Amino acid sequence: MGLAIGIDVGKALVVIIFLQAAFGYLTLIERKLLGRFQLRPGPNRVGPFGLLQPLADGVKLLFKEEIIPAGVDRFVFLVAPMLSLLGALMAFAVIPFGAPVQIFGRTVPLQVAGPSLSLLYVFAVASLGVYGIVLGGWSSQNKYGLLGGLRSSAQIISYELAMGLSVIGVLLAAGSANLNQIVSAQTREWFVFPQIVGFIVYFICAIAETNRAPFDLPEAEQELVAGYHTEYTGMKFAMFFMAEYINMITVSALATTLFLGGWHGPAFLPSYLWFLIKVAIFLFVFVWLRATLPRLRYDRLMAFGWKILLPVALLNAIGTAAWVALVHP
Amino acid sequence: MATERRPLVLNMGPQHPSTHGVLRLVLELDGETVLSCEPVIGYLHTGIEKTAENLTYNQAVTVIDRMDYLSPLTNNLAYVLAVEKLLKIEVPERTRSIRVLFCELSRMASHLVWLGTAAMDMGAMSVFFYCFREREKILDLIEMTTGARMNPSYFRVGGLMADLPQGFSEKLHALLDEFPEWLDNYRKLLGTNVLWVERLRGAAVVSQEAALAYGLTGPTLRSTGVELDLRKAQPYSGYEQFEFDVPVRQNGDAYDRYELRLEEMVQSARIVRQAIDRLPDGPWHIDDWRIFPPDKHQHVEKNMEALIYHFKLFTEGFKVPAGEAYQGVEGPRGEIGCYVVSDGSARPMRVRARTPSFYNLQALPLMVKDRLIADLITAIGSIDIVLGDVDR
Repeated sequence: MGLAIGIDVGKALVVIIFLQAAFGYLTLIERKLLGRFQLRPGPNRVGPFGLLQPLADGVKLLFKEEIIPAGVDRFVFLVAPMLSLLGALMAFAVIPFGAPVQIFGRTVPLQVAGPSLSLLYVFAVASLGVYGIVLGGWSSQNKYGLLGGLRSSAQIISYELAMGLSVIGVLLAAGSANLNQIVSAQTREWFVFPQIVGFIVYFICAIAETNRAPFDLPEAEQELVAGYHTEYTGMKFAMFFMAEYINMITVSALATTLFLGGWHGPAFLPSYLWFLIKVAIFLFVFVWLRATLPRLRYDRLMAFGWKILLPVALLNAIGTAAWVALVHP
Repeated sequence: MATERRPLVLNMGPQHPSTHGVLRLVLELDGETVLSCEPVIGYLHTGIEKTAENLTYNQAVTVIDRMDYLSPLTNNLAYVLAVEKLLKIEVPERTRSIRVLFCELSRMASHLVWLGTAAMDMGAMSVFFYCFREREKILDLIEMTTGARMNPSYFRVGGLMADLPQGFSEKLHALLDEFPEWLDNYRKLLGTNVLWVERLRGAAVVSQEAALAYGLTGPTLRSTGVELDLRKAQPYSGYEQFEFDVPVRQNGDAYDRYELRLEEMVQSARIVRQAIDRLPDGPWHIDDWRIFPPDKHQHVEKNMEALIYHFKLFTEGFKVPAGEAYQGVEGPRGEIGCYVVSDGSARPMRVRARTPSFYNLQALPLMVKDRLIADLITAIGSIDIVLGDVDR
């Protein structure tokens, strides 16, 4: 009993620490890659190849003065960034990031928790994060913040639906909402091939869900200065930032799990490395898109979500259902 | 209790990432829709016109430079042409061609900055760096000739600061040869991008009537179907000898302006190529020591009379006959004109600049009424304002 709890706590700690470190280095990798895309070297002053840059950034943010503007709703203002980060961290808990391993003679699945409806859990928890954004924007008594928060909530509502529908195909094909079973259903064939439509819709929605370019309307700096986090400073700002990057990792991990066979891969590399590589490919695409694409306009974003993505995802779900019912008993 | 429905008043700027300097906009919003927009200007007031009154005619060139700092040489041209009109002097053929050459290079450099910043406003940030890489090559040429990059003050009343340096022609030809490739890249990166086209098409529309009524000039006017380009309409500095087209579009939206500016760069490159290929030999300044200083090595060091003229010019400048003159030139943003009044002394009595950004900015409220905030940003980008040009 004690050992089981110990292992669970250990896994949770490992995942949280890993995510924090991944966040730090993701910012560095993003800045390096953007630098390469944009004819500049990127950060290269702190440590070799700028490897200590995330630490320097973290220390800087820690020592920044915490400014709380006059007239803000103090409680909501303080809770909002935590809420954002909480949602981001919790969602990762159910994602299997490697094949089960043997520790002290026990078979330990490499995921923090494995409820049977883990896919639903991810969706439920991931959308908690948007409350942080909306409340943060609303409570900070700033018009840019308010507009950013409103944009975010509108965006989440429009894209959450399409995203949910896009994975129904996978759910039907695997016959389970448990991420472990979805992974093991992909031993022979990755779902990305039969579910290519679902995959594309999922990925577009994932970009929108994480407020990344070209769907970065809630923090569109050219329009809303910094959007919902305009008034946030120091670590509170860092938490929003962290939430965004961890969300990026989580949606990439989920995409890997649902469509790219999770941790499956040829045996010459350990399973968790395969998982990391696949996630890294998604993250690269995130950065690549940010370097290339202009931002969508607010009304086009909504139209795209409701008029194109949602019907496509719906048709895909119906098609898959028909295929499962008729061809594949 | 009935609640009153009031618009959200948003004070955008003067410090804001995409107001291209220090433009302040007072917006009334209903959600994301702009109900009214009022530009508030004056945050970059430099008093250039007033300062020029206290400088001699050639000294004033250096402040006129700083109005439209993205294309300083066109400002210079308007000013020196106006003063030359007052003096009733004609500069040699070579001077005129070199002036045209540099004005067109400035236009290309300025349009590159526009493309970069406009793309940045839309969120496509990498384009900015590519445009600046290209602009850098043009600035290198300007630096090679004038010694300065941003504010070269190259034109002088009656001539230039210096002749073209050795090796200029080769470097310029190399630049012109690779120029089509740059444009091709921009067209591939932006022109074929559905997001970019969607953002620009139908945004920031201004009608032909309004454009004429507001006194818009440059690409902003030509996007509405009016073919007015001072280089063709009232040729100056020998523009009538060059072959080029004036592109015109009909819709008056931001996409038309984007296409126009790309096309104008092509035409500018054409003019530059003609100018360098047909550049006549001969003097590059007028031969009148009362106005243009005699050469130091050739005359001043050997000839007492030349030394006296040189001394007089640099201590008190030259006197300009009383009168007034206006000269408009086609800058990258539209008609930039200088109105110079002389009272017969060595300093201008009044210099007034008609700057295109000031007029073009007036049309902004018209373009963004009942549109989204995102369109407002598109509109600011598409009229290509330079705040130094707005608040002289």
